[in-house]
Amino acid sequence: MDDPRQAILDYVRREYLEEDDDREVDVETPLISGGIVDSFSMVSLKRFLEKKYEIQIPDADASPEAFDTVDRIAELVKRFQGV
Amino acid sequence: MTNIGSYEERLKDFDWSISEQELGYEPGGRINIGWYCTDWNCQKGLGDKMAFFWEDSQGNEKQYTFDDLRVVTNGIAKYLQELGVQPGERVCLFLDRVPELYLGFLGILKMGAVAQPLFSAFGEESLFQRVQPAETCVIFTQRKHVAKVRKILDKLPKLRHILVVDADPDKLREKEIAFDLEGLPRVEEFEAFPSEAETPSVLHYTSGTTGQPKGAQHVHYSLISQYLTAKWVLDLKPDDIYWCNADPGWVTGTSYGIIGPWVNGITQAVLDSGFNTERWYQFIQKRRITVWYSAPTAIRLLMKEGTEVVRKFDLSSLRHLCSVGEPLNAEAVHWSQEAYGLPFHDTYWQTETGSMVITNFPGMPIKAGSMGKAFPGITATVLDPRTFEPITQNGTVGLIALKPGWPSQFRTYFKQPEVYQSKFKNGWYVCGDRASIDPDGYFWFQGRDDDVINTGGHLVGPFEIESALLEHPAVAESAAIGKPDPVNMEVVKAFVALKPGLEVDDDLELEIMNFIRKRLSSLAMPQEIEFVDKLPKTRSGKIMRRLLRAQEWGEPLGDVSSLEDD
Repeated sequence: MDDPRQAILDYVRREYLEEDDDREVDVETPLISGGIVDSFSMVSLKRFLEKKYEIQIPDADASPEAFDTVDRIAELVKRFQGV
Repeated sequence: MTNIGSYEERLKDFDWSISEQELGYEPGGRINIGWYCTDWNCQKGLGDKMAFFWEDSQGNEKQYTFDDLRVVTNGIAKYLQELGVQPGERVCLFLDRVPELYLGFLGILKMGAVAQPLFSAFGEESLFQRVQPAETCVIFTQRKHVAKVRKILDKLPKLRHILVVDADPDKLREKEIAFDLEGLPRVEEFEAFPSEAETPSVLHYTSGTTGQPKGAQHVHYSLISQYLTAKWVLDLKPDDIYWCNADPGWVTGTSYGIIGPWVNGITQAVLDSGFNTERWYQFIQKRRITVWYSAPTAIRLLMKEGTEVVRKFDLSSLRHLCSVGEPLNAEAVHWSQEAYGLPFHDTYWQTETGSMVITNFPGMPIKAGSMGKAFPGITATVLDPRTFEPITQNGTVGLIALKPGWPSQFRTYFKQPEVYQSKFKNGWYVCGDRASIDPDGYFWFQGRDDDVINTGGHLVGPFEIESALLEHPAVAESAAIGKPDPVNMEVVKAFVALKPGLEVDDDLELEIMNFIRKRLSSLAMPQEIEFVDKLPKTRSGKIMRRLLRAQEWGEPLGDVSSLEDD
């Protein structure tokens, strides 16, 4: 199973940072608590993951904590890929 | 003992002069919100008292005493004067919850300009719809948001300066100036602008059913309401440490995230961080928060995490909880009692009212799920929607309406006086919400009376979303409504008909969602898009949003006689 972290990281940088935003974002950067992705935007990020990885993430699992870093999101993806 | 004491006693002989006297304001005299929140506290001997604890998600911290607030806001006011800003001009704060937002707000008011705070998550189109009509002359922003200003700069001829608070001086572009709060001289002597009661103070844009957002214009006299409501409803006392979750891009964040606590000389703490349950509880524990003003969406997110996580933290400092933004459901009130040993007190008001108007008061029995009762000095009722006469029968649903004349009432919609006038019917200001009143005088919220979408406590106009959707190259026609949501009360749902020859594919829905998120905001982003062949319209061609909404909510469709034939 491929490591999804790079693809998620690329997507976050492309979609959630303005073009002139020079903040460093890596796999451990807090996305939700760090204000890069808000709880409303999480919906489009979840939709991206579901389409790209052909998975279904139940709303109960899509918590701000579970989406707070690329690392955690990748864990979530792997968990549902394995279902 | 609560500050308000007996609600019934307060009603008997209430007069707003109570607030005027406590503030030492004499009718016809000077009243400047910036000065009251800073210098006035120092004159009362609170100069050394902590006014502001600030921290962000990266662990950065700052703190300011009331004397710090005084000299730093003097410095900002002087800086803006030297920049050529004139009293009455609009200065926008397009910032995250950084200290420059809070102190900048007061500095702007001190020098007589009008503060125009805007939610920093707005995309460039939402920003344009608010800055262009306001003829804003200066925008405070930060590196992460300046690109949105640059994209619309050519369409903003009145904008003279963009102040970037964390600028890299080598990367500044046209009209941009590095604004360094830490390096700004602290100014001991500054004469605040001699504003009077009706001098414009704050311009907050709010969404309606039709047209683009409207600028609700407030005046310095709003302080009279904001001071007393913060004192009586939030029950702020000298030793309190207060936390308001609201972003000052919205009215709660200014009326009760800046003005209310500081005119009362209260210490407030601000956390510039997105939602995170443990981080929030850790903040309450660390700062020993005593009074917490939150919102139903946040409370419901905390509920999802359960009470077990609550026990990991010492939240015993909390003594009074309030909520605002959308109706607080009874379940949330019961849960907070279980989780924190305290109920959340729901409060009702809106951008146009400038301060709380119907609330659950400390010490008053809470009827879980109720909005509470009218604040003393506020005459509130529900009106028959056909005659605009007050409904006298308890339990009958009508339009929430207020007798005009309370101090923080908005004075107009900026450059749209005719729209302002349309909000008044039969001598009442009509809020746009529906409710009933029970025999004890408690108000019970029923819903909006228009198509405006209340998502997470923020109003989003369907017209703004539909206009933006039509700018997407694949969209032929569109409609936006609110659909029920267990956390946010409502979220945006869009109905989209594609241009001829185009077909729905897997990526298009996500592409349109992100298109709206970037142009408007994440709040306005449809969380669901239903692709349809055509939208229901009247014979005159107007999209029947009402019909779509009724279908979504499982409500009766009502009169469909004007629906066009297939």
